[in-house]
Amino acid sequence: MKSRTLAAACLAAGAALFATGTAGAKTLVYCSEGSPENFNSMINTTGTTFDANKPVYNQLVQFKLGTTEVEPALAQSWEATEDGKVFVFHLRKNVHWQSSKTFKPTRDFNADDVLFSFGRQGDESNPYHKVSGGDYEYWGDMDMPKLIDKIEKVDDYTVKFTLKEPNAPFVADMAMDFSIIQSKEYADALLKAGKPELIDQEPIGTGPFEFVTYQKDTTIRYRRFDGFWGPKAKLDALVFSINKDPAVRLAKLRANECQVMSYPNPADLAGIKADAKLQLLSQPGLNIGYLAMNTTKKPFDDVRVRRAINMAIDKKAIIQAVYQGAGQPAKNLIPPTMWGYNDAVEDFPFDPAEAKNLLAAAGYPNGFETDLWAMPVQRPYNPDGRRMGELMQADLAKIGVKAKIVTYEWGEYRKRMAAGEDMMGQLGWTGDNGDPDNFFVPLAGCAAARPGGGNVAKWCNHEFDDLIRKAATLPSQAERAKLYEQAQVIMHRDAPFFFVAHSIVFMPMTKAVVGYKMSPLGDHRFDQVDLQ
Amino acid sequence: MLRFLLRRVTLIVPTFVGVTLLSFLLIHLVPGDPIEVRTGERGITPERLAELRHAMGLDRPLWQQFLSYEGHVVHGDLGTSIITRQPVWHEFITLFPATVELSLCAILFAIAVGLPLGVIAAVRRGSVFDYGLMGLSVTGASMPIFWWGLMMILIFSVALGWTPVSGRISDVFYVVPWSGFMLIDAWFSDDAGAVRSALSHLILPTIVLGTIPLATIARMTRSSMLEVLGEDYIRTARAKGLAGLRVVIVHALRNALIPVVTVIGLQVGTLLGGAILTETIFSWPGVGHWLVESIQRRDYPVLQGGTLLVATLVMLVNLGVDLTYGALNPRIRR
Repeated sequence: MKSRTLAAACLAAGAALFATGTAGAKTLVYCSEGSPENFNSMINTTGTTFDANKPVYNQLVQFKLGTTEVEPALAQSWEATEDGKVFVFHLRKNVHWQSSKTFKPTRDFNADDVLFSFGRQGDESNPYHKVSGGDYEYWGDMDMPKLIDKIEKVDDYTVKFTLKEPNAPFVADMAMDFSIIQSKEYADALLKAGKPELIDQEPIGTGPFEFVTYQKDTTIRYRRFDGFWGPKAKLDALVFSINKDPAVRLAKLRANECQVMSYPNPADLAGIKADAKLQLLSQPGLNIGYLAMNTTKKPFDDVRVRRAINMAIDKKAIIQAVYQGAGQPAKNLIPPTMWGYNDAVEDFPFDPAEAKNLLAAAGYPNGFETDLWAMPVQRPYNPDGRRMGELMQADLAKIGVKAKIVTYEWGEYRKRMAAGEDMMGQLGWTGDNGDPDNFFVPLAGCAAARPGGGNVAKWCNHEFDDLIRKAATLPSQAERAKLYEQAQVIMHRDAPFFFVAHSIVFMPMTKAVVGYKMSPLGDHRFDQVDLQ
Repeated sequence: MLRFLLRRVTLIVPTFVGVTLLSFLLIHLVPGDPIEVRTGERGITPERLAELRHAMGLDRPLWQQFLSYEGHVVHGDLGTSIITRQPVWHEFITLFPATVELSLCAILFAIAVGLPLGVIAAVRRGSVFDYGLMGLSVTGASMPIFWWGLMMILIFSVALGWTPVSGRISDVFYVVPWSGFMLIDAWFSDDAGAVRSALSHLILPTIVLGTIPLATIARMTRSSMLEVLGEDYIRTARAKGLAGLRVVIVHALRNALIPVVTVIGLQVGTLLGGAILTETIFSWPGVGHWLVESIQRRDYPVLQGGTLLVATLVMLVNLGVDLTYGALNPRIRR
């Protein structure tokens, strides 16, 4: 009896020892997939880092939650001149800066902060230009140095951007992550203290949450910023719990160690749907996965061959086998959720017999040999490049095209493909700002067809290029949409790509989470999320 | 003794150069560089690529890069991470306590379990227990850590829900990092829940990382005990009528421990190597996890500096073990 009591006591003590306590405040833990490089989206390019910065910072304008529609943020309103070259932003008043142990702001947000933030990226004489490496990749990639002529402060609450040429997507660019606004007062204080690099490690922003601490590769902690200018966050605290492995993230979600997780494994989706404690949100991603044919190389310089390839591959089978059904068959470069999408374009039918005829007409009655580059990594728009490659290879063999699958390490793969070394290869894209220009120009424009450019089909059709360039300069979205629709017809006619799919993105969370809206841009925001 | 000491210390220098060369070459032989890894689908112009490569010194011949790196290392400068822009040394020293905490727990677990098992197996030589234990220890020593870790998570965390899945402490606790040792920091946070959480998070990684050393220690203890148990003085002790347990613990184990202690010292390398995998599985934010991340990001300075620091540590511990052993056993000094 005595020994039983002792054993029971031991068990109880053990259970008490290892029971995990919970804090009283309303805290949401988000199982995120990686560590941020630092806390400044100007100098980074990864979605993981952008997500970690979103709670803290704001831009002049922002994407409305769950859409690609631009709405006011730090700028209450804006207007463009008729020639589309001057944009005037009217800034919001009474926007408070967050504070930290070492910094207490003495003034609210104003035009000086806007000038500082863009000056840091574009002006080499800005004392912060070289801080944290000084490499503003997105600023360069979005062609800001070529586009912006000058940025002027009209008064404390008005800022004027003058462009060198009209550019309609400019306002959407201002909603992108690289356009965050940092505090000039904080920057000056850090410069005086001789620690300018802290601006990118201990961020001070105007967003709904303020940064508390970051434990490398483990957690990022935020607490609600009660001085936020918009609707206050419903959570008291937000924690990013970092784990690279999706299986471990899911295990944590199931154990309620976190309430929302990013990027589940496609293979786990059925199990998540069946779990009564979990909910699974989904949305078509703003992305495209494709097979590009190098139009500068024989035999793909012949449009009949490219059309034959388009007819020879069974798209539906790939979507079932590779995307496990979680993909929409693609017929255009942009996804159907984006304005400017041309639904009248009819996809090439799966017709191997007709494909063979086309090959014969092009002078290849017995097919030919080619390489087929398969992506070595999983991306949102292509869950399994190797498997996709094998399915394509088998379909092509049926029309006599012997494709040899080639792959390289991911960095090497992209470099060689951008250099135009491949005959045909898989790649894809996820949109940055919801504007069609962000798909057409970098992926199919003539400028990007240069060696090293992102137009990996190396396809340059001047009729198409003129249309997309003109569309970028028009202020009216309806007029722009018409031009993009025409451009898609030309692209379909020339068939430089075999468009595979726009994938569907999933977001598992516990049933206690309410108010989470998935973003078509693939980012993760917790502004209005609550726990029941 | 002095000559022995000098000889051993001199041997450190070529080993050190070898380690720096190897870590440098291996990462540079892997295709892809830090710029390409970060470029993404957008691509990069050849001019911009050349500019960035020049800024990072990646356009120089490999031997020049190596000499310049070696020069910096000799001056105590391990460089700055390409990704986070933080000094490598600063990152290492921030993360190292987590690895030490896990390794210490693992080795204590291995000793606490391995030593008694080895003694019992020796005392009951030829019994079912002995054969069973030795079979298990061979399995333990050859256990793939990755598989073993995932199995433990699946069974104890997911199926049974007894232990947390990963990390060092539940995310709901905020413990101010003071010493870097979570147990100590949690203790000083005056929150009993935080201490419990930190302890519970240590269980699975400790068992996984401690399995191989446990098997090695158990086998070593058994064979060393068998040797000692056959000695004349043990027979004498028994003949004197001393109790069996006293003979085993006081007379035999004490003498059998010398090689076991050496083996324990040599487990440092195994622990640090194993920590790389264990930390990755359990998201344990230590040096191993950091190194794996740096390979994926081609963060050359972190990978080179981190490998060098870990290798130096193993060399120093091995040197310490050698010197201690030399002091204990004069025959090997020659």
